[in-house]
Amino acid sequence: MANIANTNELKANKTGVSAKLIVRIVSITVVLALWEGIARSGLLYKDVVPTISAILYGIWEVLADPTFFRQAGVTLGEITLSVILGAATGITVGIILGSRPFFAKIFEPLLHYLAPTPKIIFFPLLIMWFGIGEGSKIAMGTISSFFPIVLSVASGMRHINPVYVRVGRSFRATAWQQATKIYIPAMRDPVVNGLRLAFGVSTIGVLLAETKFAQSGLGFMVTRYYQQFNMPSMYGIVLIIFAFAIFVNWLFGKLIVEETQ
Amino acid sequence: MTAKSAIFQKEKWVIPLQLGVTFLFFAIIEIAIELKWLNEYVLSRPSKIFFAFHRIIVEESILSYTAVTFMEVLGASLGLIFIAIPFGILLAQKKVLWQAWGDWVSALAAAPIVLLYPLFLVVFGRSPMTIIVIAFLTGFSPVVIKTVEGITNVRQVLKDVGRSFNLSAYQQFKLITLPAALPAIFLGLRLGLIYAMITVVAVEYLIDLGGLGNIVGELAERYDLPATYAAMCFVVGVSILFFAFLERLEKWLT
Repeated sequence: MANIANTNELKANKTGVSAKLIVRIVSITVVLALWEGIARSGLLYKDVVPTISAILYGIWEVLADPTFFRQAGVTLGEITLSVILGAATGITVGIILGSRPFFAKIFEPLLHYLAPTPKIIFFPLLIMWFGIGEGSKIAMGTISSFFPIVLSVASGMRHINPVYVRVGRSFRATAWQQATKIYIPAMRDPVVNGLRLAFGVSTIGVLLAETKFAQSGLGFMVTRYYQQFNMPSMYGIVLIIFAFAIFVNWLFGKLIVEETQ
Repeated sequence: MTAKSAIFQKEKWVIPLQLGVTFLFFAIIEIAIELKWLNEYVLSRPSKIFFAFHRIIVEESILSYTAVTFMEVLGASLGLIFIAIPFGILLAQKKVLWQAWGDWVSALAAAPIVLLYPLFLVVFGRSPMTIIVIAFLTGFSPVVIKTVEGITNVRQVLKDVGRSFNLSAYQQFKLITLPAALPAIFLGLRLGLIYAMITVVAVEYLIDLGGLGNIVGELAERYDLPATYAAMCFVVGVSILFFAFLERLEKWLT
């Protein structure tokens, strides 16, 4: 019976997988056909919706541009540094808030409501403080990434099973042993989750800042293509950025799933 | 009581202490500027910022800018209510569609959609429509994901009760599935509106058009530092009120 049930389940799964695959293929085909149809119809201004082949050529053109990898390096460096700075401050403050209810009561509601405010409005000040170079973009990313990390870590600290802490104390674990054997392993998930969110918001913060005032970076390239009205390359670079952001988000997701398993 | 709700449980001493800490922070900055430890040309005195509030309200008409921002958020929210929620319901009802498109919808949430604003500028021109469409797109994924989650997680016992009453598919959806999924749908809508609000202000600032984001940019370009800081504080205050309102609304509705 069990074998029959398993076989039926397998069949159902196979049907599910094939139906999913068919829907995906049909969806992609329909979207691409519609896109190509609109591009060739002349309904919209020429080049606003370029043909698929033009976009593919645009992606190739962007990748073949000798400055692309340098600009991508600048943006990646800014994002990485801002996430590191946001994580360093966010984890420190998060641990304090998570372990000291008095501070949490005063500051956490403020952080909770400040977290979803539009950080880009601080950019004019960051330009005054750090100039139009990379400093202001890193600061923008750091402010953006601080909030998800601090809130995630503070909440994670409070959700550590108190039994683990009591067991550690009953074994007379030193502060270092408690940190490495109890707190850090228990905090991995909220920290990784905070970093995942921080990466997303920091990427947006840095790229938007680059589109406003910058002399380098991928955001600057987007604006440059826009000013040159080079739409295929603009589509190309935006698609490359999207693919990268989705890939990194997927990697963080994998890390969390592996930990849960 | 959960750990989080314990933190947000207001005790009598919390608000005065929060206000006291905020006041102390501003007092330290004022003194630091007075003692020339901080540069007044990059950091305005809190006292000047305080008096600039009157100026930005009366002379700069920041309230009318706020109205423009809220009209744009309203435009995006109509899109979320009438497009994203029905789309989520469709995906929840047709499992194969969710299996096929679910990953794409989630991936969309991770993509920096707001970066498409130059593209929409070309398509819609420098108009509020550009801002509304981008705001709608950034709020789209959370609304769809939470709608699907809400509908697919309706408890089996509730569905069985509906079946035992021989309800038609429409009655089952209207009387059981939708009411049971409402908390998740409202949560999604709240998240979507938060994203939409952030995006509206951000794009306004980036393209120098429309409401609150635009006025912050304008004041910064004039190098009117106290007014710039005051406008920023105003935007933060409006955002906080908006989020607090959404939280209350969600609690009240569910």
